[in-house]
Amino acid sequence: MSDVANHGVLTTLLAISPLILVCLTVIVVMLSIAWKRNHALSAILTAVGLNAALLALLFGWTLGSVDVTSVLVVDDLSRFGGVLVLMSTLACVTLAHHYLEGYEGPRDEFYLLLTSAAAGGLVLVSARHMTTLFFGIELLSMPLFGMLAYTFRDRGALESGIKYMVLSAAATAFLLFGMALLYAVTGTLDFAELGAALSARGSDPWLLAGAGLLLVGLAFKLSIVPFHLWTPDVYQGGPGPATTFLATASKVAVFLVLLRLFQSTLAFHENWWHDLLGFIAVITMLVGNLLALTQNDLKRLLGYSSIAHFGYLLVALVVNQGLAVETVGIYLVTYVLTTLGAFGVVTLVSSPYIATGGTADASPLHHYRGLFWRRPYLTAVMTVSMLSLAGIPFTAGFIGKFYIIAVGVEAHRWWLVGSVVVGSAIGLYYYLRVMVTLFLHEPGMQRRDATHDWAERAGGMVVLGVATLVILLGLYPTPMINWVNWVAG
Amino acid sequence: MTLVWLILIPFIGGLLCWQAERFGDQAPRWIALGTMLLELVMVLGLWVSSDFQLPAEGAASVWTLEWQADWIPRFGIQLHLAIDGLSLLMIALTGLLGAMAVVCSWKEIVRRVGFFHLNLLWILGGVVGVFLAIDLFLFFLFWEMMLVPMYFLIALWGHSGSQGSSRIGAATKFFIYTQASGLLMLIAILGLVFAHHGATGEYTFAYADLLNTPLSETTAWWLMLGFFVAFAVKLPVVPLHGWLPDAHAQAPTAGSVDLAGILLKTAAYGMLRFALPLFPEASQAFAPVAMTLGLIGIFYGAILACGQQDLKRLIAYTSISHMGFVLIGIYAGTELALQGVVALMVAHAFSAAGLFILSGQLYERLHTRDMRQMGGLWGRIRGLPGFALVFVAASLGLPGTANFVGEFMVMFGAFGVAPWVVVIASAGLILAAVYSLFIMQRVYYGPPVEETPLAGLDRRETILLFGIVALVVFFGIYPQPLLDTSAGAMQVVQQSVQQAAVMTGGAQ
Repeated sequence: MSDVANHGVLTTLLAISPLILVCLTVIVVMLSIAWKRNHALSAILTAVGLNAALLALLFGWTLGSVDVTSVLVVDDLSRFGGVLVLMSTLACVTLAHHYLEGYEGPRDEFYLLLTSAAAGGLVLVSARHMTTLFFGIELLSMPLFGMLAYTFRDRGALESGIKYMVLSAAATAFLLFGMALLYAVTGTLDFAELGAALSARGSDPWLLAGAGLLLVGLAFKLSIVPFHLWTPDVYQGGPGPATTFLATASKVAVFLVLLRLFQSTLAFHENWWHDLLGFIAVITMLVGNLLALTQNDLKRLLGYSSIAHFGYLLVALVVNQGLAVETVGIYLVTYVLTTLGAFGVVTLVSSPYIATGGTADASPLHHYRGLFWRRPYLTAVMTVSMLSLAGIPFTAGFIGKFYIIAVGVEAHRWWLVGSVVVGSAIGLYYYLRVMVTLFLHEPGMQRRDATHDWAERAGGMVVLGVATLVILLGLYPTPMINWVNWVAG
Repeated sequence: MTLVWLILIPFIGGLLCWQAERFGDQAPRWIALGTMLLELVMVLGLWVSSDFQLPAEGAASVWTLEWQADWIPRFGIQLHLAIDGLSLLMIALTGLLGAMAVVCSWKEIVRRVGFFHLNLLWILGGVVGVFLAIDLFLFFLFWEMMLVPMYFLIALWGHSGSQGSSRIGAATKFFIYTQASGLLMLIAILGLVFAHHGATGEYTFAYADLLNTPLSETTAWWLMLGFFVAFAVKLPVVPLHGWLPDAHAQAPTAGSVDLAGILLKTAAYGMLRFALPLFPEASQAFAPVAMTLGLIGIFYGAILACGQQDLKRLIAYTSISHMGFVLIGIYAGTELALQGVVALMVAHAFSAAGLFILSGQLYERLHTRDMRQMGGLWGRIRGLPGFALVFVAASLGLPGTANFVGEFMVMFGAFGVAPWVVVIASAGLILAAVYSLFIMQRVYYGPPVEETPLAGLDRRETILLFGIVALVVFFGIYPQPLLDTSAGAMQVVQQSVQQAAVMTGGAQ
């Protein structure tokens, strides 16, 4: 390809170095496990490798947009996604270290799986070709099966892993079929060329069917209604660190590739297409929020809430003009930070792991009753996360919601804006319920607490840092807005 | 910087209270009281040292004091605070009622004292922010932010309701009502900003810039409705009042005092500051509807108040009734009526706070708010019933109290604009007399349930109540200081209404 020739080999290697470093980390950790099992060493090696990748990513920002072969592109958007994926993975590593201390089986392999999945995420955010999209998605999902079922002696975790596997396989089937149809009609798998073909003969039923199936496959991963059925079970059953990764890094990567598809390939101009997507966005927010109302299990509740949040995010894709890309960026940053906070607290309260045979994590809501009077700062983190998820001012979540509403108002999509408001109002009910549970002072059943030294551990510090960031960005969002604006621009 | 400190002081004081809990229960109380008194002194200092006359034509700014800094340049959002006579009065009220709220919960709140005062002071900080912010984004932020501590106040220190309604339910209802309507206002704000962006090509949330946004008639109408609904929920206007009786009934005394005394006033303030001046023509067209809603509120609140068994619910419904007058006054738009609204807001803050404090004190002694279990208290509690009589008289608008001044000015000012509305509204005054006397009759007169005397008022309670009575009577006899202060701000509102009337009149 002529594009490749434009860059030197060195530039290309530098641009792709984060991915290479992450893959190297996988190999190094594997070798170290083969040599000697040491939980702390594995965790440290992983963290070092991921940090190196993150640094490489930040240094690479000066290179501008670099085409790495004809299937990968490293540009601002992919670096933005890479930062989010690597940061969430790092948070998961620190959380996993504490969590797995109580696990009696082999612990070190978790880091292998985690890092491989992160590599998948990095591929996905750089994909500009169907092959890399497929490769990235599979590399992201396969390790997740293992991570979700890692504590496989618990029925919940096993169920969660198997459910995710079966539904992922179904999603993959949709994805492949969609790609096959697109290829059959156009003879290409490149995003840009597909986009050109689609806009030339957008009404071809085979093309439309292909694009639709492709979307269904991605919608499974993002748990967009009506493809959300796996979400609550998987969230509830999976071990804390695995669920955290699923809720943050995995979703961000898939959403960014969807954004790229929309920018280049799926930018249909027919109105019915936008209306259909708008409809899906509306039912996603409403169904997610409504189903969360009656949950008594915190992890399930967060699962439903994530469905709703991706409904809000879809608004930006439906509009797909003006502030849309900036909105996606801002919302993803705030969503990742907030979710890391919420799941971080859940994981810390569940750490170290205790085998129960059922669901190991402290996920029923009554475990959290009166947490404030025992662990005030941890509760403050959770409260901030809940407020941010609900989009209350002075938290980062509000800035995200502000952007979503702004993008809807700018495009005069009043139905979508109205649904965001209704969805938020419903959502408040359960976020407030979680919040007030933390502060109630009545004897809870079966209390579980974070260990006393939680705040001195890496995981605790990460969670505290995340909560501080949520507040700081809520108070002064300008740096975040400038960054994302620059990426989007 | 004074303005920034006005906002920061309650927030910092709240954090201090929280941390001071480790030094015992008294420390947070004194710190909270000191914080609110400091706030009050600062505002009063500002009041004495400033001039609230409107500056001459063509002056750079209509504000007495202004402060601004860049915040989010991407959207032209600034930290922009300003004070004029209206906001100054409201902030003084906030400081005063804040101090009263601290004093009246001195003995009521015994658990988690530090965290309680953190929430109490943060509400007040948020309210001060609402009164000072003139960047619409900042205004919205404070508007929503003050809900969170109020939620905690009701949910954690509230009373469980009589008929199985829980305090958490009431708090959630309050939060969802106000937050959802607030989001409608956010949409309206954004609509206005984008309209301004479309006309001028630049983003701004500044009040002064948005005032002159050219809007089509329908757009203005919808945006005005967005603002109106948010304020109407908080005021509250029937039929958006559902949260109020529950929230009041379940809230601790300090919560009720703040809710009735200050939070409701933020809504009236919002209408005066934003809804009317930003959309004068649409508001002018909407005025008949708003006044009708005000009338409905007056009667609905009064009639339902008559049927309540729960003392705090009764007072809550009377608030709805009084706020009906406020709404009529605001949309009448004459200078007299607007000045009456200011007087009525201040007066209602005192009388409602007084009644809520009294019912809190009754609750401390009787452990019930059910009026069926009261009766004949006049002989059993020393001092308290006398104060009750004063506040009840104020609530029904007896001449000599500040409430009379306010109601009279509203009616007088509105008569020229909407005579029939005033005629019907004055019938509501009779109902006010009925429910007010109901309170006296059911609680203090009649056969006593028991004969044992109850604890009389202690020094703290007496001073507190005396203070409020003195203010009610003082402003009833000599309301001029209030009116002088707010005159400039009200003239601005009145001019925008008048211009709209001329323009719509010219169009017809």
